Amino acid sequence: MSHQHDVLVIGAGGAGLTAALYAAQAGANVGVISKLYPTRSHTGAAQGGIGASLGNVEEDHWEWHMYDTVKGGDYLTDQDTAEIFAREIVTAVIELEHMGLPFDRLPSGKIAQRKFGGHTREHGKAPVHRAAHAADRTGHMILQTLYQQSIKEQITFYNEFHVLDILIEDGRAAGVVAYELATGEIQVFQAKAIVIATGGFGRAFKVTSNAHTLTGDLQAILYRKGLPLEDMEFYQFHPTGLYRLGILMSESARGEGGIVRNGLGEAFMERYAPTIKDLAPRDIVSRSIYQEIRAGRGAGPNKDYALLDLTHLPAEVIDTKLPDITEFAQVYLGVDPHKEPVPIVPTAHYAMGGIPTTNWGQVIVDGQNTPLPGLYAAGECACASLHGANRLGTNSLGDLVVFGRRAGMHAAQYAAKADFIDLNPETGQIANQKLAQVRGANGHESVAKLREELQTTMMDNASVFRTQETLERQIGILKTLQQRYQDIGIKDRSTTYNTELMEALELGYLLDVSEALVHSAANRTESRGAHSREDFPERDDTNWLKHTLIYREGPGQTKISYKPVVLGKYEPKPRTY
Amino acid sequence: MRVQLTIQRFNPETDKKPHRETYSLDADPMDRVLDLLHKVKATLDGSLAFRRSCAHGICGSDAMRINGQNRLACKTKVRDLGENIEVIPLPGMRVAKDLIVDMEPFLAAYRSVKPYLINDNPAPERERLQSPEERKRFDDTTKCILCGACSGSCPVYWVNGIYLGPAALVQAHRFLFDSRDKGKGEHLKAVASPAGVWRCRDAYNCTDACPRDIPVTQAIDEIKRAVAMGEF
Repeated sequence: MSHQHDVLVIGAGGAGLTAALYAAQAGANVGVISKLYPTRSHTGAAQGGIGASLGNVEEDHWEWHMYDTVKGGDYLTDQDTAEIFAREIVTAVIELEHMGLPFDRLPSGKIAQRKFGGHTREHGKAPVHRAAHAADRTGHMILQTLYQQSIKEQITFYNEFHVLDILIEDGRAAGVVAYELATGEIQVFQAKAIVIATGGFGRAFKVTSNAHTLTGDLQAILYRKGLPLEDMEFYQFHPTGLYRLGILMSESARGEGGIVRNGLGEAFMERYAPTIKDLAPRDIVSRSIYQEIRAGRGAGPNKDYALLDLTHLPAEVIDTKLPDITEFAQVYLGVDPHKEPVPIVPTAHYAMGGIPTTNWGQVIVDGQNTPLPGLYAAGECACASLHGANRLGTNSLGDLVVFGRRAGMHAAQYAAKADFIDLNPETGQIANQKLAQVRGANGHESVAKLREELQTTMMDNASVFRTQETLERQIGILKTLQQRYQDIGIKDRSTTYNTELMEALELGYLLDVSEALVHSAANRTESRGAHSREDFPERDDTNWLKHTLIYREGPGQTKISYKPVVLGKYEPKPRTY
Repeated sequence: MRVQLTIQRFNPETDKKPHRETYSLDADPMDRVLDLLHKVKATLDGSLAFRRSCAHGICGSDAMRINGQNRLACKTKVRDLGENIEVIPLPGMRVAKDLIVDMEPFLAAYRSVKPYLINDNPAPERERLQSPEERKRFDDTTKCILCGACSGSCPVYWVNGIYLGPAALVQAHRFLFDSRDKGKGEHLKAVASPAGVWRCRDAYNCTDACPRDIPVTQAIDEIKRAVAMGEF
């Protein structure tokens, strides 16, 4: 089967749906491919809020938001990107409200806002109420609202289609090859512009807040084609994941007054971030938790976790502002947050790095910002770079709508002037043969076992703390896993909903994005934001105030180059809170 | 503990009709049914097909019937089920393979209620105002994750063939009671039609099934009452 769209969006989360809507409103014929059903995407799991300087509760300015974003990113954030973001997010949040998003309200009827980690007034003086929210299910409401609007706009959806390849002809985006999960049938899409919005790859790690389906598919597909990935070494661990499970306990728990404690009951963030304490950015809180555990001050029989204490909050605050996470703690750990603190550990949460783009979401191919015509990326899979070395809480939802919108608008403009490019008529047949090969794989290795080994070793060697030794070790492990992956076996030979095949493809993607992450991390001999090298504990602006671009020359063979950081009004300074 | 997990299996390429298979597994009482399904897939039979994504009750992918009740596999713990666990696909929906059902008719019903805010007045420069009380009026029905557990539990939905089902009506409620929505008539075309609220017989199965604790039957009754009183 073949299809044609002016703008083809891959991914139906927040960024993809926003891009689709704005492209459709600009007059483009839009199609959306998702490997899930819409509203299953992981935007729906975002809890706390979307930061915008609406100033509904107290004075706030976009400059303050920009400053917090730049400082939160440990000065690796491109400041032109941060300025666009902090200005446009205000409009974007108002537009979401107009679309029907049921934000919580203040007595005045305006959108309610709360405090969040790293968001401050007057350049770091005190936490500020900036996160617009709908209880602790803001992402759910954003995803639902955007999908509702997509229905209104009658956008065409290809649900449960798994992308196999992006077609590039004469240096321009030309189409997409996917297969339909329900039938196993190859589908070829011809498109003038393609927007990639497929999210992150938290499933590279053992403990993660991410969905099973977040496996870096499109990052890996572009990386395999020789396109660069940017700043892959910067991977965020959220400080408060449910012990063992990694399920997210929103930062809004601390925004509403929750406190992280060690096994001795101490509110230890006072020592690490004396000004804003528990509302320090995530990289800092995650490291602090691990330092407490390493010093023998963890909680529990094995002293291997910390505690998120909400017991001092009024029951009404917990019930009305944090109902979902309260339920998570009750359901998954059997702990009632009203009565006892919740066991937590840092959990793999968000990739700051990804497919490099301009501020209009155009995918670039080098350090000189040369765009690949017709190819766009937005959301977590992309790197604009807004989040620099560490993303602030709420800025992912903001990123989705601001840069999803920009990518959608630019893609529609581009498509209006572009022609369809002829595809190789054998594209479908070639893809079919390749897919049949994987489906028929009868090797000796188990996909589930390889995936488990990947996740465990990435957690051990390349998570919150890293050294040259652990990273080199992981480089070797990945090489072995990639070799073993060539010998996988698949039992399910059917074409109908062959989820075993899908998981095998996903593992291949995970292995390759992990390779990009680990090689980039081994190369960067400094500590900045979420990239914490115990053997190089200081930030080194002289040598490392630059973005990494990693290219793949072959399995395990990478080439690294750099892209300058766009500086601006906020000079890099030591990052204290 | 040791559990006996019975799963309804169906591969349309080889099976004429569904059959059940039982797997014997070691499980922790705190394991979720989704963990068991993953264990079967990883170690016993890779061909087992089921949907899942977020694995913590927010994406709505893994609604299925577990020991006779529709629930999310990722929120249902072994300790609440005992040693014998039986999992079948959501009833009332066509089985595509194993635990995967065809969601298209369900989504078609959802789309028919025009599940989006209708307000053609020019938007103000800032947000439309809404009081906390007005916002609270439809809070429960904003929680819906479109998992299908409710519609798949409804005896009218199973047999009627045209009934929109509780999920679509929950979505309609979310807009009918939103003070910003000006398109009540548009939503009601489907909701107050012969396929709409009047088919509901107050069985309360949907309310029991909802993994988000939405008072589904109450929401449907609120629509019925408002329609009868001509409130919209």
